[in-house]
Amino acid sequence: MASYILKRLVSMLVTLWLIVTVTFFLMHSVPGSPFDKDGKNSNPTAVQNMMAYYHLDEPVGIQYVLYLKSLLKLDLGPSIGHFPDSVNSMISRGFPVSFQLGMIAILFAIVAGIALGTVAALYKNRLIDQAAMVLAVLGIAVPNFVVATLLIKYVAVEWHLLPVAMWGTWRHAVLPGLALATGPIAIIARMTRANMVEVLTSDYIETARAKGLHPFVIVTKHALRNAVLPVVTLLGALIANVLTGSFVIEKIFAIPGMGKYFVDGINNRDYSVIMGTTVFYSALLLFMMFLVDIAYGLIDPRIKLHRKEG
Amino acid sequence: MSVPDSLFVPMNRSAVDAEAIVRPRLGFWKESWNRLLANKLAFAGAVIIILLALLASFGPMLTDQSYSRQVLTDANMSPSAEHWFGTDDLGRDVFARILYGARISLFIGLMATLIDVVIGIVYGGIAGYVGGRADNLMMRFVDMLYGVPYLLIVILLMVIMGPGLLTIIVALSATGWIGMARVVRGQVLTLKSSEYVLASRSIGSSGWHIIRKHLLPNAMGVIMVQITFSVPSAIFAEAFLSFLGLGIQPPLASWGVMASDALGVILSGHWWRLFYPAFFISMTMLAFNLVGDGLQDIFNPRQRRS
Repeated sequence: MASYILKRLVSMLVTLWLIVTVTFFLMHSVPGSPFDKDGKNSNPTAVQNMMAYYHLDEPVGIQYVLYLKSLLKLDLGPSIGHFPDSVNSMISRGFPVSFQLGMIAILFAIVAGIALGTVAALYKNRLIDQAAMVLAVLGIAVPNFVVATLLIKYVAVEWHLLPVAMWGTWRHAVLPGLALATGPIAIIARMTRANMVEVLTSDYIETARAKGLHPFVIVTKHALRNAVLPVVTLLGALIANVLTGSFVIEKIFAIPGMGKYFVDGINNRDYSVIMGTTVFYSALLLFMMFLVDIAYGLIDPRIKLHRKEG
Repeated sequence: MSVPDSLFVPMNRSAVDAEAIVRPRLGFWKESWNRLLANKLAFAGAVIIILLALLASFGPMLTDQSYSRQVLTDANMSPSAEHWFGTDDLGRDVFARILYGARISLFIGLMATLIDVVIGIVYGGIAGYVGGRADNLMMRFVDMLYGVPYLLIVILLMVIMGPGLLTIIVALSATGWIGMARVVRGQVLTLKSSEYVLASRSIGSSGWHIIRKHLLPNAMGVIMVQITFSVPSAIFAEAFLSFLGLGIQPPLASWGVMASDALGVILSGHWWRLFYPAFFISMTMLAFNLVGDGLQDIFNPRQRRS
């Protein structure tokens, strides 16, 4: 176990380094610099000073080494667009909000998805099952920004149930969380249903039924445990989806999360922000996948971690 | 009771050929097609896809409205006989924009998928067929790419190359081939060790012959399934990018651009501006997903979701 974790950590670091290198050189292969776009800093001395401040006048190789050095100190560098701000402070302001929103969405998705999938499996091929699965397919088919708009229009504007936008109390989190969760709910529901249907026909469920256990106990204690296991493997990818997907939802609901900074970064061609976000999210995602793999090994003792290729 | 020896006559073999195939032979594709027809939902999905393709190819002939002509006096008109789907805030006909948008959205989906398929088959095929250290190394690389949030790669490429149709396709296929490569490699790896490949090899088939005649045709099923999931996800991703301002540039229209343009005005009651693009995106997603699920049942009967 320990050697597996060590191996994974090393491979994560190597991966991260490769990502940093590739994004760095991609970014620097763009002709021109962030300062020669709209003539705002047309004063040549000012541009010179700016270039020197961001080390943009150095050869690319040196800039790369400087960037790596500052990364080792966990410093993602200064933002080019918002002058005194650093990428780190942007992330520390925006990310907690995005992370909360993402976790709320994941929570929604897990609870609703598993419930929907289980109910569908229990009433297999009956009306409830078909209704649940139509709902699931719709969840995959309808883009989440459409869901978000509809939620705003009806729940917030017409029925006045929840706030239209912004961030603050739990009431603000419900609509964006739901909108963000629609895709994941559908994916989890379909997967749970498929596994549940299979598990329900297995011998040990028959045994549990034969010895007279309450159906509720059979489902929750015996069937669900095995049916939900494969969903855990999905979590890594789902978390990534939700965290990047939240950029759009944040924009719709005017939530001051990472998405705002990132989209601003794109529009201002603020390379350090774009790079910083990419590196940060990649690191986060790698770590999440690592956690999910470990968790999987712990939940399901049949999986031997050291035999799996990292 | 005894049977006289004279009754023991060898049967006339040429008269009755027990090995004869009496029913018409069904090829792999024919049989798959029959199963698709039997699956009502998947068949409905296939019909929708064909309709969408027809709409994209011939649709613009249905209307004499231009997708780019702005008639500001006709702005924000609700659906009428003249403008079937209404007009947008610049007085452009939404129906015409949907039709031209269908071309662009489907083109993006198909092209990105085509590139995915080519790269994925070559990469995954080589990794799976060669195996050993090469496979290990190649799959490490894929795992690495898998660890990066794909939208970030796409956005990064878009920022570097500047927005545009070509960029979107390149950016989407830069990450899209990973899934395809994984699937193909897994399939080739299993097929490679099957008995008929061994048999083929033992009668002296070349590696190329085995790949072409045995591995690829048998991997085709999973590849088809993967394709049906990759087309809608490319269309979806394009909508997402449009939303961040990285999509198709005006005056061109794609469904994603139209939907994201409409989000700001939905509260002012111009429902048609969001409804139609969202409807077409959803229908496309739905159709491809239905066909994909159907194909999954057909080609992977062992994983059949009962």
